[in-house]
Amino acid sequence: MSEPLFSDSFLARTLRRRSFFRVVGATVATSTLLLAGCNDNTNPDPAPTTASLTLGSGDNGLLNYAYLLEQLEAAFYQKVVDAFPADFTAEDKAAFVDLRDHEVIHREFFRYALGTNAYDSGGTSITFDFSSFALTTRAGVYAAARTLEDTGVAAYNGAAKLIADTTTLRLLAKIASVEARHAAFVRDQVQPGSFAASDVVADSGDAAGLDTAKTPLEVVELIAKFVPATIVATSLPTS
Amino acid sequence: MNILRIIEQLSEVDADVLGRFDSRRTVFKTLGNTAKMGALAAAPAFVASLFQKAYGQTTSTSVIDVLNYALTLELLEEDFYKKMVAAGQVPAGAPQGAINLILKHESAHVKLLTDTVTALKGTPKTGVKFKSSAFPADYATQLAYAQALEDTGVRAYKGQAGNLIGAMAGTTSLLQVALQIHSVEARHAAHIRTMRMQAPWIPAADSNLPAPLGPVYTGATREDNVMQAGVDVTKLGAGYSANDAAAAFDEILTMAEVTDSSRAGGLIQ
Repeated sequence: MSEPLFSDSFLARTLRRRSFFRVVGATVATSTLLLAGCNDNTNPDPAPTTASLTLGSGDNGLLNYAYLLEQLEAAFYQKVVDAFPADFTAEDKAAFVDLRDHEVIHREFFRYALGTNAYDSGGTSITFDFSSFALTTRAGVYAAARTLEDTGVAAYNGAAKLIADTTTLRLLAKIASVEARHAAFVRDQVQPGSFAASDVVADSGDAAGLDTAKTPLEVVELIAKFVPATIVATSLPTS
Repeated sequence: MNILRIIEQLSEVDADVLGRFDSRRTVFKTLGNTAKMGALAAAPAFVASLFQKAYGQTTSTSVIDVLNYALTLELLEEDFYKKMVAAGQVPAGAPQGAINLILKHESAHVKLLTDTVTALKGTPKTGVKFKSSAFPADYATQLAYAQALEDTGVRAYKGQAGNLIGAMAGTTSLLQVALQIHSVEARHAAHIRTMRMQAPWIPAADSNLPAPLGPVYTGATREDNVMQAGVDVTKLGAGYSANDAAAAFDEILTMAEVTDSSRAGGLIQ
C-alpha cells in the first residue's frame, strides 16, 4: 500500500470542522473551536504501525458503523470524481457527482450527529485503500460502485434491528433507501435490468422478495480490505 | 435478555435513565422478585412496560395493524402491476422484464405479509384492488403511477419502522424484514424513475407527476426537506445544494398520510 495510513491534511480538515461547527449552538461551537484551534498548531501524531478503529457499543456504536460505511463510499466516489475514467460519458460524470454529493452529505451528517462520540473525533481521518478495484475504466468503476452500494444496503438492513432508539432508526432508514436507489442505479449501468436481480433480492424460498441483510460483523469482514486498520466491531449489539 | 446489562448500556447514553424509573429501589426490588420467581417469561413484558413508563412512549400501533397496512399497500401495488401487464402497453424487452420482475416481488411481499399475519393469529387483509376507474389509459401515465406507488411505498415502510422495534415472528425480526422490503421498494422506485427519464433519487425540485398525483412528495415532512435531526444539512461540511441535501434522504409518511384520499386511499377500489 503506497498511501499513508492516515491523511495528514489537517488544514483541509480544520476548515471542514470550522464550517461544520458554525451550525452548532454558539456555546458548543466556541469551546470546540478552541480545541480545533489547538489542533492547528499541533503536529499530527506519527501514524501508528498497527491501528484499530473502535466503533463502540449501543446506538452510538451503530452510528459509528454507518459513519464508517459512508466515509468509505464518499472516499470512493471522490476518488472517481477526481479522475474520471476516459470512457465515462457526460451522464456518467453527472451521476457520479450526485452520488459523491449524497455520500459526502451522509458522512458529514453522521459526523455532526456523533459529535465527540465519533470514533475519529480525535482528528485523524482514514485514507481508504481502493487498490483492489480497477478504476480506470467505466466498467470497472461501475462494478466497484455496485459492490459498495449493495454492501451498504445489506449493512443498513442488517443493522436496523439492533437500534434501540426510534429517532435514530428513522434517520438510518431515511438514508438506507437512498443507498438502495444508488444500488439500483449503478447495477442498471453494469447490466441493464439488474436493479433488483436475484443476487440481491431473493427469487424464491422464505426470503423471496427480500433484499439482502448482513450483520455488522459480516460487513466488517467484507470492507476490511479497504480499511488500513483493524475495525473493532465486537462491542456492537448483536440482537 | 439481561436487563441489568440493558440498563447499564442505557446509562451510558442517558445518564438519567435510573431517574426516569419510579425509583431505583422499586425497579430493582421488582427485578429481584421476578428473578426469584423464576418468571423469566414475564421479563420482556415487564421491561417493555418499564421503558414505556421511563420514556413516556405512547402505546405503539399494534404489530398486526402495521403488517396489515403494509399488506394493503402491497396488494394495491400487486394489482396495479397486474392491470399494467393486462393492459398490454408495456413495450417488449427491457420494460416488460422490469415490470414483470417488480410484479413478482410485490406478489412475494403479499405472500410473506399474509403468512406472517396468519402466523401471528391475525386476520390478513385481502381483496384490495387498484381502482379500475383510476387506471391510466396510456403507458406513460401508467409509469407515472408506478413511480408514485413505489416512492410512496418507500416512505410508508420508513414511517412504520419505529413501530416494529423488537417485534418478532418466531426468531425473525419483523423490523429487519420490513427494512428488507423497504430497500426493494426503493430499488423499484429508482428503476421506474429511470424508465421515466428521472433521477433515480428524489431531488428537492421534483414535482414532475401529473394530476392527481400532485401530493406524492408532500406531507408533514416533504421530500424537499433539508433539515435532519435539527440541522440544515445544506450547511454541513463544505455546504451542499438543496437538491443534493433533499435527495440524500428519503422522508417519512405517516399511516394517515398514506391512506388519505390524496394518496393510496384514493387509488383503492
